[in-house]
Amino acid sequence: MGTLWFCLVAMMLIVYVLLDGFDLGAGAIHLLVAKTDEERRQVLASVGPVWDGNEVWLIAAGGTLFFGFPALYASGFSGFYLPLMIVLWLLIFRGISIEFRNHVTSRVWHPFWDFLFSASSFLLAVFFGAALANVVRGVPLDSTGYFFEPLWTDFRLGEQTGILDWYTILVGVLALLVLVMHGALWVQMKTTGAVNQRSAKIASNVWWGVLILTAVVTVITFKVQPQVKENFVTWPLGLLFPFLAIAGIVGVRFELVKRDERKAFFASCGYLAGMLASVVFGLYPLVLPARNPIYSLTVSSAKAGDYGLKVGIVWWTFGILLVAGYFIYTYRSLAGKVVVAKNQTHL
Amino acid sequence: MEHALGVHRLHFAFTITFHYIFPQLTMGLALLIVYLKTKALRTNDEHYNRATRFWARIFGINFAVGVVTGIPMEFQFGTNWAAFSRAAGGVIGQTLAMEGVFSFFLESTFLGLLLFGDKKLGRIGHWWAAFLVWLGSWLSGYFIVATNAWMQYPTGHRVDSHGQIELANFWQLVLNKWVMWEYAHTMLGAVQTGCFVMAAVGAFYLLTQRHESYGRTFVKSGVLVGVVAAILQLFPTGDEQGKLIADHQPVTLAAMEGLFESQKGAPVVLIGQPDLQKRRLDNPIQIPDMLSFLTYREWKANVRGLDAFPQDQWPDMILLLYYSYHVMVGLGTIFIAVMLLAALMLWRGKLYVSRGMLWALMVCVPLPYIANTAGWMTAELGRQPWLIYGLMRTAHGVSPQVGAGNAWFTLIGFMGLYTVLGILWLFLVYREIEDGPESEEVVHSEPAVVEAAD
Ligand code: HDD
Ligand code: HEM
Ligand code: HEM
Repeated sequence: MGTLWFCLVAMMLIVYVLLDGFDLGAGAIHLLVAKTDEERRQVLASVGPVWDGNEVWLIAAGGTLFFGFPALYASGFSGFYLPLMIVLWLLIFRGISIEFRNHVTSRVWHPFWDFLFSASSFLLAVFFGAALANVVRGVPLDSTGYFFEPLWTDFRLGEQTGILDWYTILVGVLALLVLVMHGALWVQMKTTGAVNQRSAKIASNVWWGVLILTAVVTVITFKVQPQVKENFVTWPLGLLFPFLAIAGIVGVRFELVKRDERKAFFASCGYLAGMLASVVFGLYPLVLPARNPIYSLTVSSAKAGDYGLKVGIVWWTFGILLVAGYFIYTYRSLAGKVVVAKNQTHL
Repeated sequence: MEHALGVHRLHFAFTITFHYIFPQLTMGLALLIVYLKTKALRTNDEHYNRATRFWARIFGINFAVGVVTGIPMEFQFGTNWAAFSRAAGGVIGQTLAMEGVFSFFLESTFLGLLLFGDKKLGRIGHWWAAFLVWLGSWLSGYFIVATNAWMQYPTGHRVDSHGQIELANFWQLVLNKWVMWEYAHTMLGAVQTGCFVMAAVGAFYLLTQRHESYGRTFVKSGVLVGVVAAILQLFPTGDEQGKLIADHQPVTLAAMEGLFESQKGAPVVLIGQPDLQKRRLDNPIQIPDMLSFLTYREWKANVRGLDAFPQDQWPDMILLLYYSYHVMVGLGTIFIAVMLLAALMLWRGKLYVSRGMLWALMVCVPLPYIANTAGWMTAELGRQPWLIYGLMRTAHGVSPQVGAGNAWFTLIGFMGLYTVLGILWLFLVYREIEDGPESEEVVHSEPAVVEAAD
């Protein structure tokens, strides 16, 4: 039961990153790819109708995590208190900058929200990467089952870690590059003209950074978290995930050269899903590794009671099928390039 | 407040009180939008479609703030109330996860269609979009109130040997007898907010002599729905809630009513200031025997006062609790009066020309917000000192490792941020009202015109 829910929560989080990833990425490059008001409206139109639904995956995944692994939710969220609160503030900024921007026409109103949208998306990408790296690296859990991490200590991977150290910052940068690529591919797919070309260029430049950093981070991760290697040795079938990631990243290049915008975006999804699945697979059965391994939280020590988890399967399956229906419908009906009116006087 | 517990409590209280400003309007308006949409479908009159679009735009702005302030609520269970989450997550995680999976997805998907899908969906399809937005928001209210109801009256769980609280019966959790009345009462409160806001905007248009045909529609819709909601708020829902409290949280009842001493034929206090030191009410204006009757349907029944309970069982903020309760009930009574009078004038055909009544409707707009907040304060302060009634004390629920300094830091952050959010929200909603329902071509809330090119 625990393992099943571990997979389900992981799946929800991966869907979250695939979907919200592209709007975060689009936000991060917003100011770079779109210069005029019309161009900016193109970028916003590509994410405007979907960002909220995408973000619900985070809420639903969070709720499911709470329900499936209460001890993890409790330790993890209170331990990462400060970065989570900062993430919340950034999510607030990002949400309102998308929603409020087009309500007022003014030369100060628009640039303000554009900047805020971009800055908050940029920082969120870095923070999400750093958060993942914190989990991989392990946290200073002790016998009480709790910990508290300050934002930084000495930037080293010692016993008393901070949220930010050289490893987590490195992963944060990787996450930023990956989401920039992902977002650029999305924007490319949804737009025309100058925005389309600038996005293509960004995606293709950033691709190299993603490639190199992925390799570097992978090597370091094997050192930082020994569990990962152990798992791939025990269950070689898990190597499918890294292969998916490799196929994805190669695919992105290939399709970019061929200029197939849709396939390039989907290849990027493959890369992201492969990477995240590899990490999750590599950690199992740990859900929150401790710097001192005896205190690590595992699937079985963190999970909720079996009765509740069994009941959950019933409603969860039903609910997710509905959700899949909504999403297929929404994305179908928004398929194709966005069109923005040239001179909307009041917008 | 150097103690972490106090700061965490204030942290939760501040963020939830702010959050609830938005969903109450969302849930209330969602119903009214379905009402207007149904009229549009029935009469085939473009007037009602425009009216719906106008309210959907306001709804959209309100919803956005509700969403961004809701996300912190969910996180806070883990960040600030870790011990509580660890112990009870197996139970309350259930309803919270269901809320995400069943209602938030529904709401966010169909709101998009309600706002932008007018042409695409056709008349009937668009009605369904409105209906599903309503369903989503009311389901969301249900799951969250069910979570709260379980904290007020825990059932369907068992406590294992490690003190872990586990779910034992799913149906008892989601069909808790407490949730039925709590939900009905809360939704009615939300409907009242929606009605007062709609009626106030209508009154504003009539008084300023703009968009008058819409003004009449809004006043009428608000008053017709509002009069029903106002009455149901008191009876049966408020009354039944009171009985539940009397049965299961008698000490809360005593504190809410400011009843220091047990007595036969206890009075209901209309006005009076409790004095905790002297344990008495100053300047009381009371209706004798009424409390006994309301709780036990017997004029001379004995109602237990605070003296019947050990002091460590008392809610720890009796004064605030007492005033919250009285503010809610006082305002509830005023709403019934205002709405009844307005409905009567509507029936007589005098409402649209009565400046006095229109003014009254217009200035009433903050009051349902106050009543709703006061109602929640009553419920939540009355639950103290328990976090889960009878099972876990609030003091045992906080995150053990998050100190007062860090909690103050984030609380102050939220206060600053929310002040700005509140100002922006008022500004944008006011602009919509200024523009009015006729400014059709102004596609405000639309991020841009989205169309499939191929
Ligand atoms: C417009 C809002 C509004 C109005 C006019 C009223 N209420 Fe209320 N009340 C609420 C909005 C509300 C609420 C915000 O929805 C609460 C908070 C929790 C809940 O269950 O509903 C609440 C709680 C609440 C509780 C406490 C429940 C608990 O502790 O769990 C009682 C006993 C009542 N109400 C009773 C009444 C009575 C007798 C009213 C007389 C008219 C009344 N309410 C008017
Ligand atoms: C929107 C309406 C709500 C308002 C205005 C509200 C108000 C409050 C207030 C004022 C407090 C502080 C009480 C104190 O510290 O003495 C509080 C605490 C709390 N409330 Fe609510 N509440 C609302 C809804 C909910 C819901 C739906 C839940 C559960 C799902 C909930 C769970 C809690 C928890 C966990 C605490 C902290 C622990 C405690 O102080 O008991 N609240 N709330
Ligand atoms: C501790 C209590 C609460 C938590 C954890 C919480 C959580 C959330 C979250 C995460 C969202 C954003 C959903 C989205 O992205 O669509 C949200 C919005 C919403 N919440 Fe809350 N909420 C709480 C209290 C309440 C209460 C008491 C009600 C109503 C009775 C309520 C009703 C809603 C509704 C209707 C929305 C949709 C957005 C809106 O209408 O503003 N919530 N809430």
